[in-house]
Amino acid sequence: MVKRLLLASLLALSASTCADQRSHTQAVYMLIDTSGTYAQEVGKAQRIINYLLGTLQSGDSLAVARVKTRSFSEKDIVAKVTFDSRPSQANAQKRAFRDKIDAFVKSVGGSAYTDITGGLIQGGMYLNETGAGRKTILIFSDMQEELDKVTIRDFPINLKDIRVVALNVVKLKTDNIDPRRYMGRLEAWQKRIEKAGASEWILINDIEHLDSMLRS
Amino acid sequence: MSNQFWMIWPGNAVASALILAAIAMPFLYAARRLVHDLLHSLGRMAGGPLRLGARWLFATARDMKERNKAVLLAHGREEVGQHIEREFERISALVTRDLEGYPALQRKLLEEITRVEEDYKKCGEVPPPPPEWVEAVTSIAKVKSDSNEMVQRILEEIKRSVHAIHDKALGEYRRAYESRHKILNGFMPFWRSLDKTFGQVDQKLTGLHQTSSKIDAQMEKYEQINKKTDKAEHALTVSAFTQFAISTMVLLIAVGGALVNFKLIALPFSEMVGSGDYLTSTLRMSDVAALVIIFLEATMGLFVMETLRITHLFPLIANMNDRMRRRMLWVAVVFLVVFAGIEAALALMRDMLSADKQALVQSLSSAQAAPPDPLLRMIPTTAQMVLGFFLPFALAFVAVPLESFVYSLRTVGGAFAVMLIRATAFVLRVLGNLIRQLCKVLIGIYDVTIVLPLLVERLVKAARSESDGSESRPVKRAA
Repeated sequence: MVKRLLLASLLALSASTCADQRSHTQAVYMLIDTSGTYAQEVGKAQRIINYLLGTLQSGDSLAVARVKTRSFSEKDIVAKVTFDSRPSQANAQKRAFRDKIDAFVKSVGGSAYTDITGGLIQGGMYLNETGAGRKTILIFSDMQEELDKVTIRDFPINLKDIRVVALNVVKLKTDNIDPRRYMGRLEAWQKRIEKAGASEWILINDIEHLDSMLRS
Repeated sequence: MSNQFWMIWPGNAVASALILAAIAMPFLYAARRLVHDLLHSLGRMAGGPLRLGARWLFATARDMKERNKAVLLAHGREEVGQHIEREFERISALVTRDLEGYPALQRKLLEEITRVEEDYKKCGEVPPPPPEWVEAVTSIAKVKSDSNEMVQRILEEIKRSVHAIHDKALGEYRRAYESRHKILNGFMPFWRSLDKTFGQVDQKLTGLHQTSSKIDAQMEKYEQINKKTDKAEHALTVSAFTQFAISTMVLLIAVGGALVNFKLIALPFSEMVGSGDYLTSTLRMSDVAALVIIFLEATMGLFVMETLRITHLFPLIANMNDRMRRRMLWVAVVFLVVFAGIEAALALMRDMLSADKQALVQSLSSAQAAPPDPLLRMIPTTAQMVLGFFLPFALAFVAVPLESFVYSLRTVGGAFAVMLIRATAFVLRVLGNLIRQLCKVLIGIYDVTIVLPLLVERLVKAARSESDGSESRPVKRAA
């Protein structure tokens, strides 16, 4: 009898040590540009958030933050959640999250400046705190950073092992005059993000491609 | 330029090669025996172990085949023995049942036969003989009346009396025959009953005969196995392969059922144990828990089959006393029912979770769909619950093909192992021979490269033998 108990304990112990300790969850931090005319695009951002809510699983984390004049602040996080491991609870959390986003969309107003870098730093910190296996920052912006004179953002940032995805990067009026500005802007961001240690830089203008990206 | 370093005559490869060959030839000739010995040794060194290995593998394959045969025959003997035992049990039951009823049957038959005999005797009873008035009538007929009124009257009187007596006798005869016909008519049910009883006896005897024929066939098979004939071995091997194929197919179907079962309970299990822990990179702990439940159900089913003595995978269970075995059966059945109930509940939970998820997705999407018909919603829910309840019981029957699979796997696996070992031995043998032949070819090539010194050697030897011959001849003559 004692032998049997020992054997069962050994089996249980081996099963617990064999368990995969890596994190299989994913965390997504979405930055929504609310500056100037881009604030009108917030409806599209809402659809993406709804899509994310439908796609993300139990244990995953999601945070939505706004990009405004200065975005390096927890106050700019509109809503954040780590979904419960129980699917029913996770569904309830998703409903509550959706309600928060709906309220935000209704009340959103444009800001004078666009601090994307501050939002990225804040996003990186949040994602690292979650301890998720796959970390993604979605930037819903035209990627045109505009800072006031006081704000300092020209220093190296750390986005190690984070995937950065630029979504719905619309062309500005000036880009239409000289497309090199648009290309140059994207190239500059790519360089900066890769220099920050990001695992990947992806540009998605067609939302349909977001699904395959999130699954990979 | 670097690959021309060997050229003694720069730019002329042929001449350089010829010169080098000419220089090397005496050395190669001098080393001929050594090189031959070396190549022979190499051939033996490489080929010997390979041939040895091949021989050992062939011997192993032979031993394994013998062992496989012994196992196969032992298993076949056991199986046929069980079959014969079962047939004897059937005969015993048949004989017990029929012999139990045999005294009653015999009594019934005897009673019916006695009754028929009695009736027959009654039929044989001759009706009372007619009165001896015929002679009297004949005598009276001879009386001459001759218009004698007195005689006429007497005769008239006699005629009337005779008519009355005749009518009476005729009536008695008719009554007697009528009663005999009635008796004969009463025979019919007895004849029918007799016929039916004999029919039953015949049927039972035919059944007995058929069963005994089966036993004869099984006994013949048993004898063949005992004699360890190739025919028996072949028949058993073919049977094992067939069993293997059939049981594999049935097990695959069962795996399909288990997968459906898994799908039914995996999602609700994530609600119970959480879906965040992973055993491997793709296998969630909740999935493992669901699989464990399914395996437990299959195990309980296996125990049910074992305790019912349908399968014989665990001799310990088969050898238990009946009381203990019955207890174990009930425990396994109770567990199975509990698991089935849990599964039905989980299936319902799965449906609710799916509906909740669906509702969430609907609320997140911009286009709102119409709510489904409640009846349409109810059908899959009920179907899932019913499936959840009955699949564990269906899985219980997996034990039967599993047993066939395990037993036939021994034979099939053994046959494949023998084939594999033989193939390996053949390859080793071929390799060994190839290496030996290769060494011989190399020796030949070596000799070809030093053909000139060899020719010279042959000429010198021929000249020397000639001179030796011419010297020795006069000596012989002198001798």
